Amino acid sequence: MPDRQRLGHRRRVARGGFHPVRSLRIWGLRHAQAALASLGRLARAPAPSLLTIAVIGIALALPAALHLLVRNAAHFGQGWEGATQVSLFLERNVTDDAARTLAKALAHRSDVASAHAISRKQALAEFRRHSGFSQALEVLKRNPLPAVIVIRPTSDSAAAVEHLVKQLQAIPEIDRVQMDRQWLQRYFAIVHLVQRGVTMLSVLLGIAVVIVVGNTIRLDIQSRHQEIEVQKLIGATDAFIRRPFLYSGLWYGALGGIAACALLGIGLLALHGPASHLAVLYHAQSLMPGLDATTAGSVIAGGAVLAWGGSFLAVGRHLRRIEPA
Amino acid sequence: MSAMAGFPEASHGEALIRFDSVSKRYPGGLEALSGITFEIPRGRMAFVTGHSGAGKSTLLRLIALLERATRGQVLVGGQNLRRVGRRRVPYYRRNVGLIFQDHRLLYDRPVFENVALPLVIAGLDGPELGRRVRAALDQVGLRSRERAYPVTLSSGEQQRVGIARAIVGKPPLLLADEPTGNLDPDLSREIMALFERFNRVGTTVLVASHDLELIREMGYPRMVLDQGRLVQGPDHVPGPADA
Repeated sequence: MPDRQRLGHRRRVARGGFHPVRSLRIWGLRHAQAALASLGRLARAPAPSLLTIAVIGIALALPAALHLLVRNAAHFGQGWEGATQVSLFLERNVTDDAARTLAKALAHRSDVASAHAISRKQALAEFRRHSGFSQALEVLKRNPLPAVIVIRPTSDSAAAVEHLVKQLQAIPEIDRVQMDRQWLQRYFAIVHLVQRGVTMLSVLLGIAVVIVVGNTIRLDIQSRHQEIEVQKLIGATDAFIRRPFLYSGLWYGALGGIAACALLGIGLLALHGPASHLAVLYHAQSLMPGLDATTAGSVIAGGAVLAWGGSFLAVGRHLRRIEPA
Repeated sequence: MSAMAGFPEASHGEALIRFDSVSKRYPGGLEALSGITFEIPRGRMAFVTGHSGAGKSTLLRLIALLERATRGQVLVGGQNLRRVGRRRVPYYRRNVGLIFQDHRLLYDRPVFENVALPLVIAGLDGPELGRRVRAALDQVGLRSRERAYPVTLSSGEQQRVGIARAIVGKPPLLLADEPTGNLDPDLSREIMALFERFNRVGTTVLVASHDLELIREMGYPRMVLDQGRLVQGPDHVPGPADA
């Protein structure tokens, strides 16, 4: 039996037997002590601690803010997606009555949610109102506009709409089919591109957090060089020496995450006024995302994990080099 | 809790420390120890003397596993130190109380916490911790200074804090490297008297010192090192005729 186990065994025996629950409680207590001690150490040097926390906060707030905006932009677009319309421009010789009949027939199709006809007269009136070409239109002797049928497909999926458009194009009364969809597809393409960009930025800033915390912990290890040496001299295990540094990293990350959430909250509040004005102009519900609990939680947890990783790397690299002289 | 009292594979009657043709060569090529062979029985108190650079510190460092021998075997408590892996070194060291000339205290915390450190590392807490720290401080006569910071203490008092820290875990072996190096003769005698007291209750004590006068006065077995070689074994008890 290795002596380490034997020693452990003796210790347990000396304490009156081995109790799993008791051992777990002691283990938990020890970790809680280390965590509190690390927090205390951070509090005793507030200026450098706050600087590190602020840097982590900014590094986390930036991608989180962009993520929220992009998510909201995608959400914003989805509001329009339901409004996919297909405009059917009829041949010039199709009468308004015939247009109405055709609209009714189309409305009965299972892949068409609604269809309504716009007579040539209505089209002209609408064009006059919106285009600003009313005077130019007076010159014309005849109404140049065809009757139009506007339909909404039941499905928004690109394939279903495409299929419908192909069938509609085959109807002889229909001159041209125009979808109001292309710009929406472009919009989503842009959103996806930005999303990818935000992901890349998040990875880079995440690495920055690891490096910042790693460096802070490295300096911390250097300044506590003597203490580490003494601990090694009197039989401290690597795990014992490592523990406070890992907890420091964890605290830096978690506090940095909280700082990031505060920055996000302030930023969103500052943008709220102008954004809601813009939303009113676009008849949209809301442009600005709120900081939900899930996002806040993942920013704090993400920060803690990244910072823990940074300190783990630093501790692994530098602790082994310190040997009592 | 007697977890730290005793090397695992030791039994009574055998040598606690055994060196078998041990050499230590440092990377620069300097041979600090060459072909050292000796034994120190369990419960013995002994001195290592010699000029500075003779290898006294290296000898103690090999026993504390702060260094590893280049050649030969070091056995402590029946355990071949060559077979103690890196991860097991901390557990091994808990059986060895180390005392240094420069005390090696942590100056950012009070005396109590300095002395408590080995127990905290070994996983002790609660009232037992306080009781044992105070008992150790009692033994070195510093019971009233537990809240003081080391810088406020005299050199002799700091050394006694270092000793309290070394004995608080009740290790079976105490190693002291020039523990009286900075102290005047009276304080040196006090410190040595402390070691004698620990030795009387069964602790094996090995002290490296160049204070020949004091060593002669005390009359314990003495090893003499000269340029890395053992010129006089530990069975030699210095008498008045010794130079």
